[in-house]
Amino acid sequence: MPKDSGIGASDKRREDVRFLTGTGNYTDDINMAGQAYVHFLRSDVAHGRINGIDTAAAEAMPGVVRIFTGADFEAVGGIPCGWQVTDRHGNPMQEPRHPVLAHGKVRHVGDPIAAVVAETLAQARDAAEAIKLDIEDLPAVVDMKAALEDGAPKVHDDLTSNLCYDWGFVEDNKDAVDQAIRSAAHVTTLDLVNNRLIANPMEPRVAIGAFDRASGESTLYTTSQNPHVIRLLMGAFVLGIPEHKLRVVSPDVGGGFGSKIFHYAEEAFCTFAAKAINRPVKWTATRSEAFMSDAHGRDHVTRIELALDGDNNFTAIRTETLANMGAYLSTFAPSVPTYLHGTLMAGCYKTPNIYVNVKAVFTNTVPVDAYRGAGRPEASYQLERVIDKAARELGVDPIALRRQNFITEFPYATPVAVEYDTGDYNATMDTLEKIADFGGFAARRAASEKAGKLRGLGINCYIEACGIAPSSLVGQLGARAGLYESATVRVNATGGLVVMTGSHSHGQGHETTFPQVIAEMIGIDAGMVEIVHGDTSKVPMGLGTYGSRSLAVGGSAMVRATEKIIAKAKKIAAHLMEASDADIELKDGAFSVAGTDKSVAWGDVCLAAYVPHNYPLEELEPGLEETAFYDPSNFTYPAGAYACEVEVDPETGQVTIERFCAADDFGNVVNPMIVDGQVHGGIGQGIGQALLEACAYDEDGQLLSASYMDYAMPRAGDVPFYKVDHSSSTPCTHNPLGVKGCGEAGAIGSPPAVVNAVIDALQSGGSKVTHIDMPLSPSRVWAAMQA
Amino acid sequence: MIQVKMTVNGKEKSGEVEGRTLLASFLRDTLGLTGTHVGCDTGQCGACTVHVDGVAVKSCNMLAAEADGASVDTIEGQAAPDGTLNAIQQAFQDHHGLQCGFCTPGMVMSAAALLKDNPRPSEAEIRFHLSGNICRCTGYHNIVKAIMAASGQDVSAIAAE
Ligand code: FES
Ligand code: FES
Repeated sequence: MPKDSGIGASDKRREDVRFLTGTGNYTDDINMAGQAYVHFLRSDVAHGRINGIDTAAAEAMPGVVRIFTGADFEAVGGIPCGWQVTDRHGNPMQEPRHPVLAHGKVRHVGDPIAAVVAETLAQARDAAEAIKLDIEDLPAVVDMKAALEDGAPKVHDDLTSNLCYDWGFVEDNKDAVDQAIRSAAHVTTLDLVNNRLIANPMEPRVAIGAFDRASGESTLYTTSQNPHVIRLLMGAFVLGIPEHKLRVVSPDVGGGFGSKIFHYAEEAFCTFAAKAINRPVKWTATRSEAFMSDAHGRDHVTRIELALDGDNNFTAIRTETLANMGAYLSTFAPSVPTYLHGTLMAGCYKTPNIYVNVKAVFTNTVPVDAYRGAGRPEASYQLERVIDKAARELGVDPIALRRQNFITEFPYATPVAVEYDTGDYNATMDTLEKIADFGGFAARRAASEKAGKLRGLGINCYIEACGIAPSSLVGQLGARAGLYESATVRVNATGGLVVMTGSHSHGQGHETTFPQVIAEMIGIDAGMVEIVHGDTSKVPMGLGTYGSRSLAVGGSAMVRATEKIIAKAKKIAAHLMEASDADIELKDGAFSVAGTDKSVAWGDVCLAAYVPHNYPLEELEPGLEETAFYDPSNFTYPAGAYACEVEVDPETGQVTIERFCAADDFGNVVNPMIVDGQVHGGIGQGIGQALLEACAYDEDGQLLSASYMDYAMPRAGDVPFYKVDHSSSTPCTHNPLGVKGCGEAGAIGSPPAVVNAVIDALQSGGSKVTHIDMPLSPSRVWAAMQA
Repeated sequence: MIQVKMTVNGKEKSGEVEGRTLLASFLRDTLGLTGTHVGCDTGQCGACTVHVDGVAVKSCNMLAAEADGASVDTIEGQAAPDGTLNAIQQAFQDHHGLQCGFCTPGMVMSAAALLKDNPRPSEAEIRFHLSGNICRCTGYHNIVKAIMAASGQDVSAIAAE
């Protein structure tokens, strides 16, 4: 039964009112007294040696305050990488320096070369045009295979090659996997590309640096998913500013999808320049700049082999992947193709032998890092495509083949180093079969065929690892940070609460959902709880929001802090009622003594904490404020089954999504309306990846898709209404809320379902095509049909 | 510099602009009406949609000087003076038609223009009308649903919210 308040209620979002009335506070809405504007002059070649930068004419232009180049940043650190992968032979990955402004060489189109600070943005842009660059073109490497060949041009002259690392997972499994594949009854092999994407949150990135000479404090306003992480990375590794002298604020943020996790050069620049010129410095990316400076996503080239025994049981999986890192290592780039990808290669299936090899490659392209799903969509795509292909080769039903191989007992330790705590993959498949009306498919196909169209049905069963992550585990795997979360719960004297959380909302609705949890715990109205986030001067510590971790990790920290509050409040209540605190119960916002009719209201206890006239001062401090840090003991493992039905026009190759159904297991759900919305958004992006989106470079490293004229974003007409259901739920066993996370599921679960559906449609029309690489544009589909 | 004057959300406003100043930048930077957002530089995303003399316009694609003398409506003028949301705004909240909120002002203004011309648009008409407004968060499901609801249509049958 849907509830009307607390956990499980679809509370309307309180943040909506400001967004719907134009009164949100996004970073670009902030203007500081005396601010100057910066425009970055960016490389228009993919690879080149900087022989000279002549700024003389530009400096004389009206309004120019100062022009910075790479030379100004020689004394400061480079942009750091937060994750170190160890290769198959035990060696650390190759880690190049990443200067704030290019120095010596430019390494991708969009690499910033000079920064013009001026009184107005127009003046900064005008002056940048007057800078004379002497850049010697160098041959660029764009294709990953070519980048690894002997004698290929090197992106970084001081590294031994363009290979960042050659990673094996789990290396000790390799021989057993090779043996299992040699002795298998059937092996299905598939070569595929996981297309390069650009996250494209609708708000472009913005940074405003400011410096206060009196206090010596620097402030950075930035469009970040994790302001504390930026404070640490930029303060400690780039600019050498101690954390107590650096404030990072990320106010309303217009979407992130991973691309706003990372520490970017423009943030360091604005903070540095503000101090250098003693004025606030503001930068707002244009969309074209976003295309060439926001970290890109995906870009894997993979061969996967699936081995089966004579009874169609999966016996082994072997994969070989090339993963594009781009020209520099973005903050979490090395972790994406490794620990966020290799660990998920078991999927929902009990395959005893798995070996994953990943070679990460430097190329003259924009750095690649996490984008919604990060590594897990790549894993799910390979696995669910190869299973479908195997089912066709063996002539068995793709759903039956999946069900036969599902993991059914939990906890389950996979051969790729993780332990699934809970799940029920048959149950989500049952739900899917119901909501997707598989029974009616034949009739729908017949109707499509009558209209001259081909119709296909595609399935996908994904699993992901969310709630990132146990610090001890990720520490062993190369993370240079902990991945706990913190929350401070402050109760005011009159009973209202303020939660300072390290999680950051950039569309997820924490201001609504987090109070629902506290309201449930205390039995008060959610309106009595306010959420503060996104400001390092207000929130003690935070690791931020990514990897579907806000509720599972940040929410858990908030629960722990609230439990401490309740424990203390019970002691105060016990004193007020002259009872033992063991006998105090909290229900519906009142404390009572078990078995009596004595009770005291929540508000009275809060007041007593701050006006301690009748208070156990010998045992208890006044006040009611608690902090908790929560470090999860495991990942959470949301999973689900998705079904897509497409129509293909055989005349044109045009694919239309006719139906899309998603059955997810997210564990417990706090706000079903918001969870549904997260799934919708993820599916929209997944359909974009499958049918529309492609970040394209030519062989010289020119970015061909650098605006919405060339990069096909999904529009309202490209997608249908979706049917989503999260009723089959197995609560997470190791966090206090039993939640798993829902932010990435849609983007992970949908691309394989779409592609499987298109292949099904084409084969139903007699085509022999077994694979088409995404995006499945009309021209690609049409060409495949002609083959 | 050029002196421009326009009626914005019913109030007389004026300011000095360069010939190249875009209406979006005049609204945001000169008048401080930051509800109008800029999401691209090629006129594709629609985050900047406002009404000029009653017609939906991408304010990044119009010079401020061109709007001299016009009547301009922005997201800031949509709710009642006491803060009560209008029917479209309320439907967006009721049906979770926004997440990060960045595309939202443009979506609301675009929807208002549609409903003025077509008070009961079909799903297909709504989707077609929104082809110039990109949302990266919602997958459009709840935006389309909200606009149907705002036009008085029963949306209870539309797949799970
Ligand atoms: S900002 Fe006007 S269309 Fe994108
Ligand atoms: S709500 Fe974020 S772009 Fe639409």
